[in-house]
Amino acid sequence: MMQDIATERKSSWLQATARQRVSGFLDKGTFVEFLGPSERVQSPHLSLFDLPRAFDDGVVVGRGKLDGKDVLLAAQEGKFMGGTFGEVSGAKIIGLLRAARDSDGDKEGGVPKTVLLLLDSGGVRLQEANAGELAVSEIMRAIVEARRAGVTVLALVGGTSGAFGGAGLISATCSRIVISEAGRTGVSGPEVIETNKGVEEFDSSNKSLVWSVDGGKNRRLIGGADAFAPDTMDGFRTATLAVLDRVAPPCTLETLQAEHGRLAARQDKLGACSDAVSMWKTLGIAEAEAIRDMEDSDFMRIADQLKEANHDAR
Amino acid sequence: MTLDEILISLFPNSHEIQVSKGGLITGTGKLRDGRAISVIGLGNGESMGTAAALPLAAQVIDVISRGRDTPILVLVDLLGQLMARRDEMIGLNEYLAHLAKCLILASQSGHRTVGLEYGKASAGGFLATALATEIFVALPGAEPAVMDLPSMARVTKLPEEKLKELAKSTPVFAPGVDSMLQMGALAQIWDANKPLDEQLEVTLKNASAKDIRDQLGAERKGRPMAALVAKRVIAAAMGTADDLATA
Amino acid sequence: MEMLKVQKVAKRRAVGVREQGILGVVASGNLEVLFERVVPGTACEIEIATPMKGYDHIWQAVLQDFIDRCSPGGLRITINDGGARPDTVALRLMQGVAMMEAE
Repeated sequence: MMQDIATERKSSWLQATARQRVSGFLDKGTFVEFLGPSERVQSPHLSLFDLPRAFDDGVVVGRGKLDGKDVLLAAQEGKFMGGTFGEVSGAKIIGLLRAARDSDGDKEGGVPKTVLLLLDSGGVRLQEANAGELAVSEIMRAIVEARRAGVTVLALVGGTSGAFGGAGLISATCSRIVISEAGRTGVSGPEVIETNKGVEEFDSSNKSLVWSVDGGKNRRLIGGADAFAPDTMDGFRTATLAVLDRVAPPCTLETLQAEHGRLAARQDKLGACSDAVSMWKTLGIAEAEAIRDMEDSDFMRIADQLKEANHDAR
Repeated sequence: MTLDEILISLFPNSHEIQVSKGGLITGTGKLRDGRAISVIGLGNGESMGTAAALPLAAQVIDVISRGRDTPILVLVDLLGQLMARRDEMIGLNEYLAHLAKCLILASQSGHRTVGLEYGKASAGGFLATALATEIFVALPGAEPAVMDLPSMARVTKLPEEKLKELAKSTPVFAPGVDSMLQMGALAQIWDANKPLDEQLEVTLKNASAKDIRDQLGAERKGRPMAALVAKRVIAAAMGTADDLATA
Repeated sequence: MEMLKVQKVAKRRAVGVREQGILGVVASGNLEVLFERVVPGTACEIEIATPMKGYDHIWQAVLQDFIDRCSPGGLRITINDGGARPDTVALRLMQGVAMMEAE
């Protein structure tokens, strides 16, 4: 077998392609792709713009095993058109979620009731804007339906495009979110805010600022992500397996009432903070200034003890 | 039509709907059959930040917790998500998703939900409100969009004229009610010259918890592939299961 | 978009049993290549979709060189090009045949 170093357990999640992540993350040899490249299910719209297509329209979907557990999986290719949602790529994810929703249980050979969304997306593909936006909305609805039918839907965020726009909303619709330091979630990206509101509002060239606002460490500490993963295939495997060991929030009225309380409390407590470090200080983290350069393991220890960061209110 | 005119036409019997200075719409209206309908929304072309999402979600949660089948109307004339570093820093994506989840939960819990756009709607604010309802309708003159054309031109590095030209041959990216109708997002454009309360009654009857927008998009030819691709993935997911069962 | 199609005869069939494989990502300066072992005999088919106009002769040269060096008989090779340089194309094609021929 040709060795692909990029898929080894110690390799970077951030640097990998979607296919390399699927290969490096799942148990070796267990992945079965749905609507693979040879089926050529490509975008019907990109040629209008003289843009090249991808055989899988930028998302790999299928099933495999994670430490022996059957899972459904979708992995976005962040380097193809920014991992954006188009008509076809969006529909592939919706199909996956509906299949899980309608599955009659986690029996041998049945459709798994665990869906892993390896998000790597700047949002909706502008050349297919309306189709992409609708796909995001349909995905969000399908996630809630699936969760209420007993499916665990996880968002894994750690790619170059992060999870912005529709992807940011999708991640917050999932049962749980796993994020790495390099991962970012948000609605409007820093460049968009700078273009629209000026550099004083958001200096998008200030990397440290960007990561303090949208980055994985901030999200984990304020309760915007449920688990932190080191930037390796192994890191995401371990973090995901640990999350799967816990009972996922069921998305009932009680869940959303609890989430409402959590979000209202966060707005009250942190809404007046001028920057992330002062938010972390307000959360009671003595080492707030050291968080940015802190080693993963030390960071995870702090995060795992923080009340706001560990909840079932999603 | 102004928001006041719309509210009077929607609820000629009575309504107790307030509009805050920041455009937040909350309260209840009375339908033709005397039933109450919960009304939320964001108007005045405001942008949705964390502060707007929470009270609207609170009202939806309140409706669900009362255990009846009160329908919910979401009114939109908004400018998308608030673009502010502070809101992003405290997790705006969670606040917008929270509102959407509350509306979807309402739908799943027996409450019919209707989105009515009478002005603008775009992007994140759109996803959290009108697109999170079971059935989305608009008044003529509404301007639904993912992004305005000048911004789209800037980001795609294509001249605005070129985009306008391309928009003539496809509804897949251009703003506007006609595109959204063809794509299956908008169920219907209402008639501003007929009473809105009657149209609301009919729309409520057509609302259901099943998401048929991709099917609509296929029928109206705006989305030729979405519904089919989703079905093929489902078949593939189940087909593999069959293979394993016989292995 | 420019579409090119090339049908040639290689010296021999690519060895191995692997039926299909894919390499690369469609992005600026990059390309995606799909390999399928579906062509009879020692013939090979190469199809390219590219947004770059006017590079026909360069593609022909790169492909001929590749066919002479790697003998991709039996393979249908389909390329979604994002504007890759000739040396990137050549490398990807070579890697692909190695992938299809590996144990």
